Amino acid sequence: MDMSIALILGQDGITNGAIYALLALALVLVFAVTRVIFIQQGEFVAYGALTLAMMQSGATPATVWLLVAMGGLVTAFDGLKALKAGQMQRAGMVAGWNLAYPLALVAVLSALPVNELPLVLQVVLTLAIVVPMGPMMYRLMYQPIASAPVLILLIVSVALHIAMVGLGLLFFGAEGHRTPAFSELSFDLGPLMVTGQTIWVLVVSVLLIVALYQFFERTLYGKALRATAINRVGAQLMGISPALAGKLTFFLAAFIGALSGVLIAPITTIYYDTGFLIGLKGFVAAIIGGLASYPIAALGAIAVGLLEAFASFWASAYKEVIVFTLIIPVLLWRSLTSHHVEEEE
Amino acid sequence: MRTDRLVLGAFLALLLMVPAILSPYYVTLLNYIGLYAMVALGLVLLTGVGGLTSFGQAAFVGLGAYTTAALTTATDLPAWLAWVGASPWFTLVAGLLITAAVAVLLGSLTLKLSGHFLPLGTIAWGISLYFLFGTMQSLGGHTGITGIPPIELFGWTLDGGGEIFYLIWAFLLLGMLTTHNLLDSREGRAIRALKGGRVMAEAMGVDTGRARMIIFVIAALLACASGWLYAHMQRFVNPTPFGVHIGIEYLFMAVVGGAGYVWGAIVGAGVITVLKQWLQDWLPSLLGASGNFEMIVFGILMVLVLHRAREGLWPILKKLVPMRTIHKTIDAQAEPLPRRTLPAPGTLILEAKDVTRRFGGLVANNNMSLEVKAGEILALIGPNGAGKSTMFNQISGVDTPTSGEVLFLGKPVAGRDSREIARMGMSRTFQHVKLLPTMSVLENVAIGAHLRSHKGVLSSAWRLDRAEEARILKEAAHQIERVGLKDHMFDEAGSLALGQQRILEIARALCADPCLLLLDEPAAGLRYKEKQALAELLKRLRSEGMATLIVEHDMDFVMNLVDRVVVMEFGQKIAEGLPEEVQQNPAVLEAYLGGVE
Repeated sequence: MDMSIALILGQDGITNGAIYALLALALVLVFAVTRVIFIQQGEFVAYGALTLAMMQSGATPATVWLLVAMGGLVTAFDGLKALKAGQMQRAGMVAGWNLAYPLALVAVLSALPVNELPLVLQVVLTLAIVVPMGPMMYRLMYQPIASAPVLILLIVSVALHIAMVGLGLLFFGAEGHRTPAFSELSFDLGPLMVTGQTIWVLVVSVLLIVALYQFFERTLYGKALRATAINRVGAQLMGISPALAGKLTFFLAAFIGALSGVLIAPITTIYYDTGFLIGLKGFVAAIIGGLASYPIAALGAIAVGLLEAFASFWASAYKEVIVFTLIIPVLLWRSLTSHHVEEEE
Repeated sequence: MRTDRLVLGAFLALLLMVPAILSPYYVTLLNYIGLYAMVALGLVLLTGVGGLTSFGQAAFVGLGAYTTAALTTATDLPAWLAWVGASPWFTLVAGLLITAAVAVLLGSLTLKLSGHFLPLGTIAWGISLYFLFGTMQSLGGHTGITGIPPIELFGWTLDGGGEIFYLIWAFLLLGMLTTHNLLDSREGRAIRALKGGRVMAEAMGVDTGRARMIIFVIAALLACASGWLYAHMQRFVNPTPFGVHIGIEYLFMAVVGGAGYVWGAIVGAGVITVLKQWLQDWLPSLLGASGNFEMIVFGILMVLVLHRAREGLWPILKKLVPMRTIHKTIDAQAEPLPRRTLPAPGTLILEAKDVTRRFGGLVANNNMSLEVKAGEILALIGPNGAGKSTMFNQISGVDTPTSGEVLFLGKPVAGRDSREIARMGMSRTFQHVKLLPTMSVLENVAIGAHLRSHKGVLSSAWRLDRAEEARILKEAAHQIERVGLKDHMFDEAGSLALGQQRILEIARALCADPCLLLLDEPAAGLRYKEKQALAELLKRLRSEGMATLIVEHDMDFVMNLVDRVVVMEFGQKIAEGLPEEVQQNPAVLEAYLGGVE
């Protein structure tokens, strides 16, 4: 290997690593606030990428029907409950966000020539379809059993992952898709050719991380989520609704997932089931951070990206084996540094 | 005739007849159900009973299948290994050994960490192993290995679905019997304590890390055996059935069937396998596309099961056949468990010397000293926040003093884990009751005798432990009678009133045959008569030479019972002496009643 190949691999590794870092941050956040291990993060990545691809091919993305169905269920549960309690305004709010909004999206998608829209509008529409599924999913699947043990929540996540992969196959078919790059720009930096998409990924990742940091440090809702992560009961006693915290967290996680998908789609061909492996690499990074530390998780993600890039050069057949076996020394190290017998939640 | 035996007998008779009366299609289906149920059985033990889980069981199945496939078809094995490939029975042993080694390795990496690292680790290594099967050319890559010989048993070649059927179900039933026996034993109680009772179990001397490892390895071995059978039934292997998604399907089987129940494994494997067949025929034509769409239904079904019937289908099915619950019998003839010789009355048992414990700037205990002698009851009292619980934690080894030391029988307590301290003869109850609510009072108390008995997993699994088990149960029953819970012996521990649960904890502590009893607020929640009975019991123990340390708020109870009192306030000892002296002590009066201005 010479210097130029090392640089190219390094660039690949850091680009993918930035995506894994975003996913790892979302995973740590979801686990800290809701104790849910968000296995289906990867499906949000795939749904984001493939919804965009479907739009560009001129079809109405099938994911919007899933949004309508989920929204309908939420309206049926929460709207009727509010109606029975005589809270008309609340019922209206529920129906507005969960029923009227998805239907309005359907109308917009069928009225506009979506494949001729500028890329940025397509991306916005993609996020508008995929991201609200996050909070709806929390409401339907997790909220009824929010106090269940971590293990039960994990099994629910795995079940949803399985269902979402199946739906992905139904929506997008078995073929992979790659979307056009955000910018065709490329320039030479010494011996290295830097592409526009790499710059996009890195800039968006850094901006998003800074924005998240500001959100958690400066805003009331961000602080509410941090409080919930530190002490669930205490936060609840201070008036922070666990259901709201859960939905907000899932909103953020779905946003990060879908955006990562949109960012990575021009770099890698995405199939309906690609998300799982991408999400799991985020997990390896999150586990490096012990599912608790954001900075270590982000650094771990870069390490995973680099390891993957170099492994694909030296032993491409064993690329996945090498990346997932990385988890073993990490677990070993964590295991050696913990001596405590504790009750599982 | 007991109903349960009747139902079981009918089930076995039906199984025997299956190959004769059902068409080959259904025999094959039942073969698969048997193979899957074996893996699900491991998950019952791991997830339902032990509170751990693994998505990597399919990889263990793969280890079993690939070991036998590679060894029985290889033509160029080195001489020292060639004999293993001669018979599938040798390769079964080889597969089990390899699987056990891998499971021990993975277990030692992940089992010490909190529960969710294990499933995440298993997903990762399940994927690794799947890709490894697919990429290693010596294992045939993605096309796999063909030409695996059938199993032979006493000259009978099991090369048809109807023949291997008996072997598969014999393996499964053997696995179920073993698991059932294991759970109903000394080791089994330790395993059942893993879910929600680890701290308590450790305090009773159970090595919970070892218990976790045991169930992880057993689950892996069951999966490996299933893989071995699978390889010799199919006569070829490829990586597809060992991927992580199949591992997830195994977990679905266990959860849908009823993860806490041995029979749940068969129910779950049956339901999921039949449903899968049916959906695979039906869904693609309905949706007009081909693919594994049954996964959508499984995913949603799984969430519904966890929302609506978290215990799975087995408990619902069980209600259909009314059965009398059968209590354990206590064998009055059983030999008593060996007892330790208690130190002579007056011997110094426990000594705390200048114990100081700081939490940052807060001094919770400051230069606390106390001693307890054999045949004496010492009370540690003080207003709320005086540092009693902190002191209790230093003595019981849960926490380590910043300076000073605690000596139990002349040996320092600090730095030892709860198990060692229990072994030395200190036994405790908890301020917040810690018991296993769905287990009977008898079984809860029997956990206390863990260190007084020795039969291991293998003897438990094959019922070689019955003599010792009878002795344990007799001892537990004796302690239950002694504390006055005889009428509740077979009730679920969680159904008792809080006061009675505290008494149960005392019985459990006594079952360990200690020489020092630490009781944390034993009288809280008791009625007057119950308090009197408890006081009588403690007096009787004192006359037998037991040393007792009580932390308690109920002054009437304390003052009429104990020999000496130590009073704490703001982390310090403010008085010590006979109950009458302490009650007159101006510092104590001020601490409890406030000073006179």
